Parts: sequence; structure tokens; C-alpha cells
Amino acid sequence: MPSSRLADHKLAAVNDFVVKFANVNGSGSASANALFAKAILRMGVPCAPRNIFPSNIQGLPTWYEVRVTEAGWLGARGGVDLMVQMNPQTWDKDLAAIEPGGYLFYDSTRALPRSKFRDDVTTLGLPLTEICNAAYKDPRQRQLFKNIVYVGALSFLLSMDADTVETLIAEQFKGKDKLIAPNVEAFRLGRERAKETFGEPIGLIVRKSDQVGDKIFVEGNAAAALGAVYGGATVCAWYPITPSTSLAEAFQRWCRKFRVDSATGDQRFAIVQAEDELASIGMVLGAAWNGARAFTSTSGPGISLMSEFLGLAYFAEIPAVLFNVQRAGPSTGMPTRTQQCDVLACAYASHGDTKHVLLFPEDPYEAFEFGAQAFDLADRLQTPVFVMLDLDIGMNERLCAPFKWDASRKLDRGKVVTAEMLEAGFEFGRYLDVDGDGIAYRTYPGTHPTKGAYFTRGSSHDRYARYTEDGAAYVDSVERLLKKHATARNLVPAPVVIDAPHPTRTGALFYGSTAPAMREALAMLGGAGLQVDGLRVRGFPFADEVKAWIERHDQIFVVEQNRDGQLRTLLTAELGINPAKLVSLVHFDGSPITARFIHGAISNEIARDSGHPSQPARRAGGWTPAFVGD
Amino acid sequence: MSFLPKPKLHHPQLPTNKLGYTRRDYEGTISTLCAGCGHDSISAAIVQAVFELEIEPHRIAKLSGIGCSSKTPNYFLNPAHGFNSVHGRMPSVATGANLANRELIYLGVSGDGDSASIGFGQFAHAMRRGVDMCYIVENNGVYGLTKGQFSATADRGSKSKKGAVNADEGIDLAQMALSLGATYVGRGFSGDKAQLVPLIQGALLHRGPALLDVISPCVAFNNHEGSTRSFDWVRAHNEAVNQLDFIVGRDEIVHAQEPGTVDEVTQHDGSVLRLRKLAPDYDAHDRDGAIAYLAAARRAGEIVTGLLFVDPEPSDLHSALRTPATGLNRLGDAELVPGPAALEAVNGSLR
Repeated sequence: MPSSRLADHKLAAVNDFVVKFANVNGSGSASANALFAKAILRMGVPCAPRNIFPSNIQGLPTWYEVRVTEAGWLGARGGVDLMVQMNPQTWDKDLAAIEPGGYLFYDSTRALPRSKFRDDVTTLGLPLTEICNAAYKDPRQRQLFKNIVYVGALSFLLSMDADTVETLIAEQFKGKDKLIAPNVEAFRLGRERAKETFGEPIGLIVRKSDQVGDKIFVEGNAAAALGAVYGGATVCAWYPITPSTSLAEAFQRWCRKFRVDSATGDQRFAIVQAEDELASIGMVLGAAWNGARAFTSTSGPGISLMSEFLGLAYFAEIPAVLFNVQRAGPSTGMPTRTQQCDVLACAYASHGDTKHVLLFPEDPYEAFEFGAQAFDLADRLQTPVFVMLDLDIGMNERLCAPFKWDASRKLDRGKVVTAEMLEAGFEFGRYLDVDGDGIAYRTYPGTHPTKGAYFTRGSSHDRYARYTEDGAAYVDSVERLLKKHATARNLVPAPVVIDAPHPTRTGALFYGSTAPAMREALAMLGGAGLQVDGLRVRGFPFADEVKAWIERHDQIFVVEQNRDGQLRTLLTAELGINPAKLVSLVHFDGSPITARFIHGAISNEIARDSGHPSQPARRAGGWTPAFVGD
Repeated sequence: MSFLPKPKLHHPQLPTNKLGYTRRDYEGTISTLCAGCGHDSISAAIVQAVFELEIEPHRIAKLSGIGCSSKTPNYFLNPAHGFNSVHGRMPSVATGANLANRELIYLGVSGDGDSASIGFGQFAHAMRRGVDMCYIVENNGVYGLTKGQFSATADRGSKSKKGAVNADEGIDLAQMALSLGATYVGRGFSGDKAQLVPLIQGALLHRGPALLDVISPCVAFNNHEGSTRSFDWVRAHNEAVNQLDFIVGRDEIVHAQEPGTVDEVTQHDGSVLRLRKLAPDYDAHDRDGAIAYLAAARRAGEIVTGLLFVDPEPSDLHSALRTPATGLNRLGDAELVPGPAALEAVNGSLR
């Protein structure tokens, strides 16, 4: 079996294809793969990388997928055009994932039988182990440089600009300058050996473009953490849990950069790694009760543990910000796979009647923006606010608009009564609805020697925070909480409308990390002559515009990444929408939803219903077996 | 929880402290605990302690969990903000509150159910983390509000009111606090106010994690024969290792005159703890020795009380975190928000 062989049909594309790297966890491939993605961006070509990794430190399979997309479609596409196969454990599955006419690049040091290949896939074998064993003595170097060697080979095969990569290597090792030269050498070694072996590049081409512009490339968790810094957060209490850990760690990094007094060394922040999630949220509430802006970052299991405290925060009206980086549940579920599966758990977290405020960022730009805004909302509304990230946004670097901050923007501390106001005769009742918006005034502990103190409790209280078991007083307080929640409706970010080219009464409603795949799917549907409007929901409680938009449409596909159509349930429960109008289209195998899936599912639905325009949506209320694996 | 506010009539000649406050200004609403409850004596001791220390009541934040003891912050220091949180979680709320504003004094009140069972973890971590607070456990060995179940501090072999014998080992929270790094550990008895008030005063001004385990008999469910938390049992088995007087500046607050060796400990704020030794072989500066002493006394069925351990130069969570001397809750936009130019630089580094 020759190590390289050409298939009859070969894919050809410029700046529009998918490369997937199959690696072994802990082999040091991550930085080489990131270098590859960043080089493409530096060539002005948008790309969307995604980590697909196990809950493991060393030894299990891990993948890195890079979608090269001149058009800027940053959702996962599905399918692979070039597989970089560096992990024999997953050979068969990886081989099967390649599109007909695609390419397989692999380490050909050891010969493989013909049965291990496909006739419709072009095979590109390079003896990487052999090359590295000859070039390096140290076993660790052999492993690490092997990653750079294959980046060099790919740069040749994909017609990439070598200077761009070499400049990036120099940037990446800035400060560790000794490492620059050997890495550049390894890169050149791979590039030269590929040229010698294959002669010419393949049909997949990265060509310099100008589609990246001033966009930035950043992980959602890092962006959210920066949002917390800009939102004025000073207290972070957290407990390690994938995929949220990197958010708290990023907050620490940003704080070291921006919040250390250079003269005194004082740190204008406090980060505590708590003993568990119960303690994290307890610390957040204690700090926020005392007038500091505080948050925790967690994932589904943490939300479950925090539920009791969240009821207290709701009822006693204490601000809190929770970044929930969602992962596939229930229970431990798939800790390193993405889902939007905590919508209902967060909206109604805790026992008794509770309703919380949720924000749904679509990408790192909004993770920053909503991350900062969440603290204003929490203080304004005196209630927990959830920023609903997920693994796909949180743990992948994503191309997005640059962060913005208006110099005139002020932090909104909400309704806080000061000592001066108390002196001037302000009539303080902790739970008095003075302004008619359901939001009462609060004091910070220690404000005034004789006025403004109150007792915070999770037991029933009257308008002056006094304990009561009087039914009327209880009803008064929980109905005011409903009023407050209604006020929140128009404070959360408004939905974003995407109109179809022509007027239509069919729509697709989506949120969060579904957005990039959805936008692409809407374009695909439009291209096929199917008119579908889009509505991206960005907050709960739902803004008035959400209901109005739903009312303007007859059939609405609610596209989300969980089994049960949780947002659909929330829409029907909270807005009194006829469930028959809302068709649930769900993708929940733990991989990010793709435009191909959405396009296929909506096309099928429309085809099924055509000819029966008056018939209500068939799948309404039921489960939609719409899972498509990649 | 009280339904009844106290009448606001004051005797016109009530003595005032230097700040001009009367003792009534440090009181709370009327207690709804059972008549004779040890917890009410502790509340009274807190009122006296803060009045004598001449601390403005609103400079204290009082926090608690759930249970009979956790109701008591309503019964003292009315002008202070209070936070009755969830069961066993007072330590985390107090930790967060303390992080937000280190300028207040944090008084946590908990019970043996709240701190030794459901909240055992949070109790332990607040101690080991070094949260600067006065943590009082009102320890009666029994669940009062749910009517008489053993708590985790009940001694093995002690009898419940209904006659059941406790088969589980009891947890000694003072011993735990010692091994977890608390820098001020005392044990008192609700029936001995003269001993208790200075213990509270020292703990309030101590600038580190201070734990007070206060034996506080439950008159309703744990004051019978066979209980090791009854008034009679505790009086008969109380072995005070020292008698503490607490001195602020040069004004001595003298609670008792007992003979014995005197050990003066100056705390970080300049206040002086004057310890009169009652047990000649007891050293309140020896953490490991204290742990061993408590263990031995426990085997002998004795309840050791007094100031068990003090580190006059404690460090706390804030010193580890290097936070500013003023509260984080006082920082304004300029100190918190890096601004647009910094953000532009961040954007530049992400391209």
C-alpha cells in the first residue's frame, strides 16, 4: 500500500472547507492546532475552531476542528474535508467521517493495510514519527515537534503563507525566545518534506482575503470574565467544574492585569475557590447583600446544588450573577460536551414559586456585553441573573466583533438608600414598592447608626422586613415579585429579528450558541426559495416583542440544543402561546448544532406540511426524533 | 422570630456608654424562645458585651443559619443589619459579607445542628480560610425546633428526653476549630455570664477566625437526667481553665476577681486579654496542647471552659487576598472599570 494515493474525485474549494485534527489528549497538539487556526485568520480568512475533548487529562482521543469559511459562517458545519489523523485509536470513525472526495493526512511511519483506507478519499501519508526521530533525540521533543511538523506539512498542502505562520510562532513564544528558532525549524521541516513528498498542494486552498477585519478571536469564558471586570465585580466565589472553570481563572488573570494598585499592591478584588457550589453561592449572596458586586461561574450540577440559596436570593431580593456554562446533562452527563439544557432549571431554580432572569449571549462579544450588563441588572432588580453560556461558546476561541465600552457608561447600582437620604427623611421600608415597578429600596449594612437597618430572611416577611405568617402579607410580597419580574421584561436585551427576503408567516426562534448555525441555515433556506423569518431571543422574561413576533407567525420552529425543547416549554408557559404553533427542532448529542441539521429539519417540516397549509404543526407538543450525528 | 416589638419606653436615667447609647439600644425584639432557654442568656451576654465595648451597634453585621439559635440575632442589636440565611450556610454568607466590607464586625450565630451536621463543612472551611468573625455556636446537643432529636455534638451514651441512648460519637467543635486553624477559641456556658461576656468581647475584637462554643441547655428537650447538656450536668462538670478579663485601652472591664496567675495578651487592636489561670497546667498559647487537654478532659467526662487558645497576631482571609483596607463595596467606577482605552488594547491582543 503506497502511503499516498489519489482518489478519482477530489474536493476543490477556496476558503470554504473543514479540517479536523484527531489527536491524543495530552500530546501537546492544542497549541499547534491553535497556531494553524490563527494563521488562517491572519491571512484574512474567517475560521471557526472547535475543541472536541474527553473528560480526561491524558490518553483519550481529542479532536480539533477548523471550519475555514470566507463567508463567515462560524457554526459547526458537519462533515470533514481534510482529516489530520494522528490517533490510531479513532482511525475507523475518523476515516468514515470524511466527505467523499476528501483527504486523509496521516503519519505513515508504520504501514497500514489497504482495508484501512477509502477509495473515494485521497490519502496523504507522511512518516512524521520517522522524520522527528531522525531530527530530535529527546522523546518529549519528538512528540511536541511532531505537532509543528504536521502544521508545516499542512501549510504546504493548503497553500498557506509560510511567513504568516513563522511570524505567529515568533509572537507565540515571545519572552521564551529560545523556543522560536527550533519551532520555526520544525515548521519548515514539515513544509519541505511535504513539498518533496507530494509535489503540489491539494485542492483545498487558503487564499489571502480581507474578511476578518477588526474582529477579535477569543474564548467566551474569557470574554465573560472580562465583562465581569467591566461590570464592576469584586467578589468571585467559585468551585471548579468543566466547562466553567476557565471563566473564574480568566477573571483572576484580568484582575491581575487591571485591578492591582501599582503603588500599594492592593488587589481590588477577592476570588475564593469555595469548598463547593453551596458555599460559592452563599459567598456571592453575602457579598452582594453587603453592597459588592459578586458572581459565581458554574455548570448544571452546580446550579442544582445552588438551588436552595437561589430561592433565598429571589425571596429576600439579593442581587447575584451566575455564569452557567452549560454542558450535557442530566447528572454528570457528558461533562465535556455542549448543550442548552439548563434553561428550565435556571428559569425556575429552587422550591416554591420562583422565576429568575436569564440572558442568552450568542458569542464572546455578547458574553462580554451581557457579562457586564448582568451586574447592572442584578443590582437594579435585586435578584439573581443568569448568563447562559455553554461549552461551545465558553471553551472555544471564536471570531467576533471587538469589545466595546462607552466612556460615559456608569455602573447602575440600583435603588440604594444612603445615610444622607435617611437623614433627609427618606421613609425606608425594605420591601416597600415606592415606585410602582415592583422594585423596593435597600440599604447596605452599616449605613446609619439608627435608621435603615433591616433583617434579611428567607421566611415570609412584610413590607418592613418583619417576620410574618399572615397570608395577605405573604401574597402581597410574592405578587410584588411577579410585578418586578414583569419590569425585568424590558430591561433584558431585546430580541434580534432576521427577516426573510420575502414576507412569510413561518419563523424560526432560537437563542445562544445556536445563532451562527441558524443564520447560515436561514441563508440556505432563503437560497432554496423557502421563506423563514428568524428571531433570536436574548433574555428571559421575554420582551414584549417576542410575543408580538410569535403572533405574527403561524408556524414557528423553536430550534435548540436539548432533548425536551426547554425554551419552547418556557414560551408556552409564560406567554400563553398555543403550543400547536411551536414546532420543536432539537439537536442534543453533545456536538454543536449545525446549519446542515437545521436546514434539513426545517426543509423536511415544510415539505411535509406543504399541501396542508391549514393543518397545525404535526410535531407540536411531542418529541421530535430529529437527532443527526456528525 | 418575634411578632412583638419591644415597647420603646426607656427609663430616663438608664446609664449610657461613652457613645451615649443605653443598653436598650443594643437590644432586639422580644424573644420567642422557651422561657429559661440558654440562648436568651447568650443574647443578653452579647448585648452587654457590645454595650461595654462601646461599639456602635450598626457597625456589627449579624448572621445566622436556621434553628432556635439562628433566630436569636433578631433578639439583640436592633440597629444592626441581620441575615437569617439557610440551614448550615451562615459561614459562607458571612465569608462573602466579610469579603465585601472588611470594615464591619461580623457576628455569626449558629447552633450545633446548624454547624456540626448540615453545616459542618462550611464551619470547617470558614475556620481554615481565616474569616475574620466571631462565630458563636449555641450548643445544646439537641434539635429544638423539630422537638428533641440528637444533634451531632451530643455525647455518646447521653440519653434523650424520650429515653433513647445516643450511639454516635459527639463532635467537639472547639477541638475541631483548634485543629482547623482558628486563632481564637473559647468555650463558655450560658449559665455563667461573667465568664461568657469577656469571651465574646475578645472574640468580637479579635482580627481572625474566632470560635465560641457556648453550652446552652435546652430547657424543653435536653435538661433531664441522663443528658450531658443539662444545667445540672454542665454545672457539675464545668472545668474552667482560666478566667478572662477584657480590657479596651486603659479602661478595664472587670467581671470577676479571682486569685491566680495572670497572663496578659495584647491583641492587634491594642485591647488586652487578661487571663487568670485556674488550671495551673493549661497554656492558652499552645494549640496542640489545647487539643490534647480537651481530649483528655472529654474522656474524663469534664467540660473544659474558658479561653482555650488565642493567637495575638492572627492573619485573616483579607491579608491572604491582599485586599485594600477599605471595603470592596466602597470602590467606585473609576477603581473598578478599566475603560475603553484598556479594552482597545485587549482587542488588539486578540487579533
